[in-house]
Amino acid sequence: MPDLLIELFSEEIPARMQARAAEDLKQRVTDGLVEAGLTYAGAAAFSTPRRLTLAIEGMLAGSPARREERKGPRVDAPEKAIQGFLRGAGLTAEDLEQRDTPKGAVYFAVIEKPGRPAAGIVAEVLETTIRNFPWPKSMRWGSGSLRWVRPLHSILCILTDENGSATVPLTLEGLTAGDSTEGHRFMAPGRFPVTSFEDYEAKLKRAHVMLNPAERADHIWADATNLAFAAGLEVVEDKGLLAEVAGLVEWPVTLMGRIDDAFLDLPPEVLQASMREHQKFFSVRNPASGRIERFITVANRETADQGATILAGNQRVLSARLADAKFFWDNDLRIARSDMGIWLQALENVTFHNKLGSQGERIRRISALARELAPMVGADADQAGLAAELAKADLSSEMVYEFPELQGLMGRYYIEAAGHPSEIAAVSQDHYSPLGPSDDVPTAPLSVAVALADKLDTLTGFWAIDEKPTGSKDPFALRRAALGVVRLVLTQDLELGLLDLIEAHLKSVLEAHASATRASDGTVAVAQAPVELPDGRQVDPRTQDLLAFIHDRLKVYLRDQGIRHDIIDACIAMEGNDDLNLLVKRARALNDVLATEDGENLLQGFKRANNILSQAEEKDGVEYSYGADIKFAEDDSERALFAALDAAKASIDPALAAQDFPAAMAAMADLRAPIDAFFENVQVNTDNQTVRRNRLNLLSQIRSTCSSVADLTRVEG
Amino acid sequence: MTDQTTAPRSFQEIILRLQSYWASKGCAIMQPYDMEVGAGTFHPATTLRALGNRHWAAAYVQPSRRPTDGRYGENPNRLQHYYQYQVLIKPSPPDLQALYLGSLAAIGIDMDLHDIRFVEDDWESPTLGAWGLGWEVWCDGMEVSQFTYFQQVGGHDCAPVSGELTYGLERLAMYVLGVEHVMDMPFNDPDAPIALSYGDVFRQTEEEYARWNFDTADTGMLLRHFEEAEKECAAILSQPAQDPKTGKRIVMAHPAYDQCIKASHIFNLLDARGVISVTERQAYIGRVRALAKQCADAFVQTAAGGYAA
Repeated sequence: MPDLLIELFSEEIPARMQARAAEDLKQRVTDGLVEAGLTYAGAAAFSTPRRLTLAIEGMLAGSPARREERKGPRVDAPEKAIQGFLRGAGLTAEDLEQRDTPKGAVYFAVIEKPGRPAAGIVAEVLETTIRNFPWPKSMRWGSGSLRWVRPLHSILCILTDENGSATVPLTLEGLTAGDSTEGHRFMAPGRFPVTSFEDYEAKLKRAHVMLNPAERADHIWADATNLAFAAGLEVVEDKGLLAEVAGLVEWPVTLMGRIDDAFLDLPPEVLQASMREHQKFFSVRNPASGRIERFITVANRETADQGATILAGNQRVLSARLADAKFFWDNDLRIARSDMGIWLQALENVTFHNKLGSQGERIRRISALARELAPMVGADADQAGLAAELAKADLSSEMVYEFPELQGLMGRYYIEAAGHPSEIAAVSQDHYSPLGPSDDVPTAPLSVAVALADKLDTLTGFWAIDEKPTGSKDPFALRRAALGVVRLVLTQDLELGLLDLIEAHLKSVLEAHASATRASDGTVAVAQAPVELPDGRQVDPRTQDLLAFIHDRLKVYLRDQGIRHDIIDACIAMEGNDDLNLLVKRARALNDVLATEDGENLLQGFKRANNILSQAEEKDGVEYSYGADIKFAEDDSERALFAALDAAKASIDPALAAQDFPAAMAAMADLRAPIDAFFENVQVNTDNQTVRRNRLNLLSQIRSTCSSVADLTRVEG
Repeated sequence: MTDQTTAPRSFQEIILRLQSYWASKGCAIMQPYDMEVGAGTFHPATTLRALGNRHWAAAYVQPSRRPTDGRYGENPNRLQHYYQYQVLIKPSPPDLQALYLGSLAAIGIDMDLHDIRFVEDDWESPTLGAWGLGWEVWCDGMEVSQFTYFQQVGGHDCAPVSGELTYGLERLAMYVLGVEHVMDMPFNDPDAPIALSYGDVFRQTEEEYARWNFDTADTGMLLRHFEEAEKECAAILSQPAQDPKTGKRIVMAHPAYDQCIKASHIFNLLDARGVISVTERQAYIGRVRALAKQCADAFVQTAAGGYAA
């Protein structure tokens, strides 16, 4: 059983693409081999900045022969049919066999597909893989037409078995596969041949190339933590950066340097961002003070001076970078302390979206909404309004222009520097949160008010101009904003009627939109004919649609917590569904009760009642919703159900009024036994029409009683 | 040829070494283009010559202007007028990376002591309607060059593909010479009878231009000139290919492209004067791109652009 080794050697592959590319190489080649009949025992893929490598172990030496039989037309079939069959099978008449079958003599085609040696199959599969490789971005070079991520220089492709190794014959756009590769660009220039994966990996290591990216990352991390530890410091963990840096070097050499004292007063986040983004340095922190005092850089080589020149160079570059950062910080602080209004003024000229006006207008809308929300979240309205006005001021600062990822955080520093209380400053950083399903949700009332206002404004705005997410496209991160609303409302246990909030806010967004589009001559979104909700309220259809979108996010969020979507649907169908906490309480109670035996059986009983009733209503063309009368009851179980329904209603109504859904659900579940007994002993559709009508009206009572708790028709099962 | 075993001592020596290195590798050493441009890429020896199928190899210094980067000569690294060194070879040779590394060695960077890295950086010029894939080249963590394989220019696919190298000369020279502030960098030999620093040559002009760029350039005039350049570009290209006077086919791609360069620089000046809003910015860039595209369309209709009658 031979082993296969493939290496695609190119100019430097972007670090962020390497891992995926190695996986794609493995996937595509192994799929192609297996499809051609070459199965294998194991496969592993690796990447360095200059190569993608695939090692396949224990592959078949050739594909097995295959014999295929195809049944054709009858021997006495028209000539046309026989010719058609031959064409389809790619055969001539001599290749056909006649066989007797119960339906008479029939032609059979027997197609023998001989096995093929592995080399030919590998060459074909590799060529197809290279030509169709799914790089996120690819290019041409020189005069050729081949596409690769960067110029492809050589292909190594060998099959190794107990008799030795052989190069797979393959030529592609002037590149001929061989058995050799190159080591480190600077430390071991020149090509060398290899005979197997073990030989390849060992020779690469001697030529200063660590093939395995995980090994490079481990090596970097171990060296970095050791260097820091020896100096009594600690490396700030950054997995993304570690993976990236491991993709920038073939022979990692870790070096630690000092940050000039002049920059140690910069906020640690600024130091970190500047070092990470521009230089790909790790930050090294003093655990005692929390300050970042040194950096770790990873070079791609060893040098005679133990990296002294490299480190000195990196240190100089860092100082120049940090001098810029310090310049921004000092300038920004000066403005923050004298007049932050300059920044807000500047945001009047920054377009948020050409149909939604400037950032300045947007901030005013958020501020107004935050004031409105403040009392509902336990915050002071004036403070919430002010916090919202200031929260995005840092978008005008030089630091955020340079490091957009520091938005909010810089705002927090600057707003404090301007002399505002820290609760107001914190809003700038907090109001962007939460950003996903599991990060922290703000809890300070001011932050909650502004975070909610920010998200609701974004959602309402894009709904107003009909820029909703479609499929995988969500350029304005509206799903994230809606999930943010859900998490804020649930975590803070806020009692909010979203419909009224959205409807009112939609009006102010439409005003802004109208003035923005007047300037840019786009089509103007206007108020739309209202739709009527089940509770009689009239709202703009976009309001209703946005609430449904938020409900969708809620479903996804609750599904992750084990609540099925149909259970939520059963609760969304109820009034008051724009109060998300109410909705979730109802859904949880329903979920809990349906998990009990009583609950499950009740659901079956309800469905049976509902089915019989719906069929009868359809057949009779009437709605059975008059009160049933106990005097027409004939059976004890019927009378018992009357009593049970009365008792249930007496418990459910006050429980619902008190929003005590578990109690309401429990009372509903108590109906299980009487309903079961009723169906066991009573025939609803009897000949006596009076009794039948009365029983149908009784079923209707089951339906209405249960439906006051949740719309059980939507629950599956 | 200069002695490459010793370290260079001045800004001009680094330029001279690059010139002789690339001359030795077969490039035509061209002179700077005689118009204000934002980068060496704007030189027609790059922008236009990257188009069509004719082979090409050129290297040159290009003075470049970025009005918004002016700091009155005070910032150690930022200038409104600076130099780029530009190399364009079409088709890109297979050993372009090695050739490039050779140029670093030529200016005194010891490959055995420094850490050279090719870090992903895709290049795109919205004003030229051009893009390519490549890297920024790092030397000990500092970006010393841009390395790009042109894929498209002026909306046209590049075939063959050109390899483009751009060196930011001041930054590179400061690094090689170990200078902290650009104005302190020796311009000529520091032992020359009249030794001149970069500051001796350029400090005053940085101040003068910074003041003009930021505060006094007549924006009304600039706006007018922008429109005029735009009009003239269109007018040039609307002429029939056949010259009525000589009877020859003369497509005036270069004169039209001059107007595109002019419009681009005027846009940069207007930007520095702060009279272009965020939304207008995109519109202006789009207008310059439209000119670049028309010039590219015209160039491929010329002999140098591969047109065969």
